[in-house]
Amino acid sequence: MTITKAETLPIRSGDDVVRVRQRVRALAIEIGLGLVDQTKIVTAASELARNTLDYGGGGDVRTEIVQAGTRKGLRLIFEDQGPGIADIEQAMTDHYTSGGGLGLGLGGAKRLSNEFHIESTPGAGTRVTIARWK
Amino acid sequence: MTMDGTEVLTRTVTEDEATILDGWTGALRESASLQGGRIREAELQTQAKAVLGQFRDALVAGGLDADGESYAPLRETLADISRSRAIQGFTPTDTANFVFSLKEPVFEALRLKSGADASAQAAGMWAGGKVIDRLGLQTMEVFLASREEVIGRQGQEIAELSTPVVRLWDGILALPLIGTLDSARTGVVMENLLQAIVDEEAEIAIIDITGVPTVDTLVAQHLLKTVAAARLMGADCIVSGIRPQIAQTMVHLGVELNVVSKATLADAFAVALRRTGRKVVRQQVPTEGRG
Ligand SMILES: Nc1ncnc2c1ncn2[C@@H]1O[C@H](COP(=O)(O)OP(=O)(O)OP(=O)(O)O)[C@@H](O)[C@H]1O
Ligand SMILES: [Mg+2]
Repeated sequence: MTITKAETLPIRSGDDVVRVRQRVRALAIEIGLGLVDQTKIVTAASELARNTLDYGGGGDVRTEIVQAGTRKGLRLIFEDQGPGIADIEQAMTDHYTSGGGLGLGLGGAKRLSNEFHIESTPGAGTRVTIARWK
Repeated sequence: MTMDGTEVLTRTVTEDEATILDGWTGALRESASLQGGRIREAELQTQAKAVLGQFRDALVAGGLDADGESYAPLRETLADISRSRAIQGFTPTDTANFVFSLKEPVFEALRLKSGADASAQAAGMWAGGKVIDRLGLQTMEVFLASREEVIGRQGQEIAELSTPVVRLWDGILALPLIGTLDSARTGVVMENLLQAIVDEEAEIAIIDITGVPTVDTLVAQHLLKTVAAARLMGADCIVSGIRPQIAQTMVHLGVELNVVSKATLADAFAVALRRTGRKVVRQQVPTEGRG
């Protein structure tokens, strides 16, 4: 698997979240994702970007266009140096929220992606990786 | 012999002010014509004269310290100029060049003044370059800050403009949402709708999300809160314009709106009319004269 294009965007404000969505939409179109798949990855990106901002205290996202054989995909890696998540299983549970949300962002992002991976170290930060393949 | 560059520069700018002004306005006039007449020549002339006069005073009183007290009036003038340019739509380059184009006439005057004294000329040019560069950067900072202000204000205006509540019929309101539903805007949207429900004594409010590009959990939560608040005010909500790809995404997210939803605003309006005891019928086609 090779990375054919990569860039990093900051997530420090609500406007950055909007920009992340727009960029992810453009990249999804670039690799030829259909309207439904575009909407899925953009929505997942929106969830993770907002978590990075609200709970991670800001961070960034690395966007990668990846190629495996003839398949193209879009991979997004959200990273922050925030407080981390002590109980990942609990955080992934639908309707669990510590911030007055719906508690559906993490689970939703997983269901909207082909690949989902979360790592977190309390006190050090959180990294969530998702991918959507064409 | 060591020459004090500040002294050379100050003497040159003081004694040759008129020549420098001539050279500078000449250069400005040339670039102004390239900018397609965004600014009148007389205005440019006045600005250049004021700036150069204050530059001379600042040099005399405060040397090269462009961030110091004696440069305050000049900084003020430059800030005003760059603010007005940001609003007039000048490019950053145009704005920076206003200050930087002062270098050439100053250097030329230094050359003439120093004659054969090359070290005096070099010291003067170093001093001039340093202080004019700093002034140019200050000008750019104000320019960029002003541009951001303009953009921020436009953002707010758009937010207010794009959340109108429309009265479709007695007791039936529509809220067509367009664009991103983040942060500040959602508060405005919700308030507008609730206020309109009270003012119009509305029974039904149609929230149309055709123009919302992404419905994530935050947007969904705002919709849920709005629907709940409207219900408390005695109005039922119908959500319309959920496009197929958005509907699919909402299912994956696990979001349930628990509210009547219709594909289009027209469908939602039909439901609203029916619920309020009305119906739209096609007018009878007049038949007389057809045999
Ligand atoms: N980057 C992060 N750093 C620290 N904690 C996080 C991070 N992302 C998620 N969490 C924790 O996981 C919980 C669940 O996140 P999730 O996105 O599923 O729900 P939410 O953000 O609370 O609500 P919403 O439905 O609006 O997304 C959060 O409430 C928070 O406690
Ligand atoms: Mg979330």
